Amino acid sequence: MTGTATPAPRLIDIDGLPALFEALRGRGYTVVGPTVRDGAIVVAELASAAELPFGWGVETEAGRYRLRERSDTAAFGHSAGPQSWKTVLHPARAKLWSADRVTGSAGTSIVETGAAEPPRYALLGVRPCDVRAIGILDQVLTGGRHADPVYRGRRDGAFVIAVECTEPGATCFCTSMGGGPGADSGFDLALTELTDGGDHRFVVRTGTAAGAGVLADVPSRAADEATVRHAATAVAEAAGHMGRTMPTQGLPRLLADSRESPHWDDVASRCLTCGNCTMVCPTCFCTTTEDVTDLTGDHAERWRVWDSCFALDFSYLHGGSVRTSGQSRYRQWITHKLGTWHDQFGSSGCVGCGRCIAWCPAGIDITQEVSTLASMLEQAAADEDKP
Amino acid sequence: MDMPTLAVWKFASCDGCQLTLLDCEDELLAIAGRVKIARFTEASSEILPGPYDVSLVEGSITTADDAERIRRVREMSRTLVTIGACASAGGVQALRNFADVEEFTSVVYARPDYISTLATSTPIAAHVDVDFELHGCPIDRRQLLEVITALLVGRKPNIPAHSVCFECKQRGNVCVVAAHGTPCLGPVTHAGCGALCPAHHRGCYGCFGPMETPNAAAQVGLLRATGMAEADIVRAFRTFNAGAPAFIELSQVARPHERRSE
Repeated sequence: MTGTATPAPRLIDIDGLPALFEALRGRGYTVVGPTVRDGAIVVAELASAAELPFGWGVETEAGRYRLRERSDTAAFGHSAGPQSWKTVLHPARAKLWSADRVTGSAGTSIVETGAAEPPRYALLGVRPCDVRAIGILDQVLTGGRHADPVYRGRRDGAFVIAVECTEPGATCFCTSMGGGPGADSGFDLALTELTDGGDHRFVVRTGTAAGAGVLADVPSRAADEATVRHAATAVAEAAGHMGRTMPTQGLPRLLADSRESPHWDDVASRCLTCGNCTMVCPTCFCTTTEDVTDLTGDHAERWRVWDSCFALDFSYLHGGSVRTSGQSRYRQWITHKLGTWHDQFGSSGCVGCGRCIAWCPAGIDITQEVSTLASMLEQAAADEDKP
Repeated sequence: MDMPTLAVWKFASCDGCQLTLLDCEDELLAIAGRVKIARFTEASSEILPGPYDVSLVEGSITTADDAERIRRVREMSRTLVTIGACASAGGVQALRNFADVEEFTSVVYARPDYISTLATSTPIAAHVDVDFELHGCPIDRRQLLEVITALLVGRKPNIPAHSVCFECKQRGNVCVVAAHGTPCLGPVTHAGCGALCPAHHRGCYGCFGPMETPNAAAQVGLLRATGMAEADIVRAFRTFNAGAPAFIELSQVARPHERRSE
């Protein structure tokens, strides 16, 4: 994405969404965005704008997620669902290569088949927290010397339409993690949805030339200053409505100092080590490889599959697993996410989307665990200072 | 080189797991092309003499005769793989382990004195060394193929022991616990079915037995939070894998005689 001088914001009416879909499809994109399925707002391929979750909101709490009907027709009036854009850009299963043993006149040879041409997705409705999460995945999966080919292919072909947040959920804490409900970079187009006065419309800002090209194909008009200000105010006010707060002061240090905290026993008593938190996390990127052969032994495939630091096999070395206890596995996850991620990738691994809180079947709350670790360390320090 | 030989054995079971081998319809000819099926009485009355390279053992040990027979099976099998919840965890018939089997037989049979049975139903591994346990009630067809394929080329089968939740998320299922408050055993259950029930909006029934590190207290807390009565929680863990030690522990964490207060 190349930056250009920022054009003035435009307005798209709700009736303009089909044209947006057409413009994207005309450029070869498959549109992926939010839609209602099985009692949740999931990320899925969308055939038309009609599949967006108009009039649906969500209520989240620790270990709980419920759809609720909204009083308006907003399509993006919901906080994070069970999936993130990781499911699209860093899919749960990806074939890395396949090989066939072919016996001919020249003897036996191995014929390798590489990965297929990457699909091109338009990601519609990416929340600012998730825009940041994609930025983190970019750093992790393409920022080093060996870029991940599956991610790179999908990422390079992706068109990102951010939708700013005006109604954070009860499990949201993006502002604590240095983000916020507004999007300022990392998108091709950024929308702010407005439904007041029964006038359903979007303020649109372009982030890239590609974004400007798509917008040119969608009926739009210049956004008046009052509407732009109104949208900006709604986004700014959302920053004050986060349902959770993460105490981030000295977080990497806190986790390093909490290595032997008795609190890990408490978390482990509640933790199912089921791996849900890592699967729903928009930045948890770990994978394992599976080598598959067929019955003849002449055909082999290598697949890459999501893995989790909560699985025993994740830390399996010769002779056994390194992290066998629930204590050590939860500690590993949270310490990497909030602490050593800084050393490894130059930022926190958490964007404050709250998915790990809502989708933990045991309702374990990462912000609460950090608060407890912090107060326990403070208490220990205070006890030490006593004469 | 001679083809490796395969034998299928039945102990106390319903035959559903060994029939999974016949359910491999598309791959069955390929299997028969790579393996000599030497003993499989559900498919053929022809029985070739052992020893066998691979034995698939279905069913649990419930009689003194079977306790002897499994030793002979072990002796004539190079690799012994148990298939299903009965062979790996005692099956639903392990419910007798928590009750009085004589009382059962007196109620069920017209002539209980004809019945010669042990007081318990126990998994194969309680009697002989087992090389690999394939879980499920019944087992999953793809997993059976994976085990046979892996044995043929001498690699480790890709049979993860983590929770069903992994499969739900990989498949894109919406969590029935978080989104609907439906009781679900997925977090403590061994993956392998591909998260079949949650994909159809039902909680996991635990057919595949305990995952690698089940947390009994946390799982019982989860089920209580969905409003399940204590007696129902006990029953949830006393089904096909009732004899699995982790599920015994889970059933004991709940208090069976307490009724829901509401």
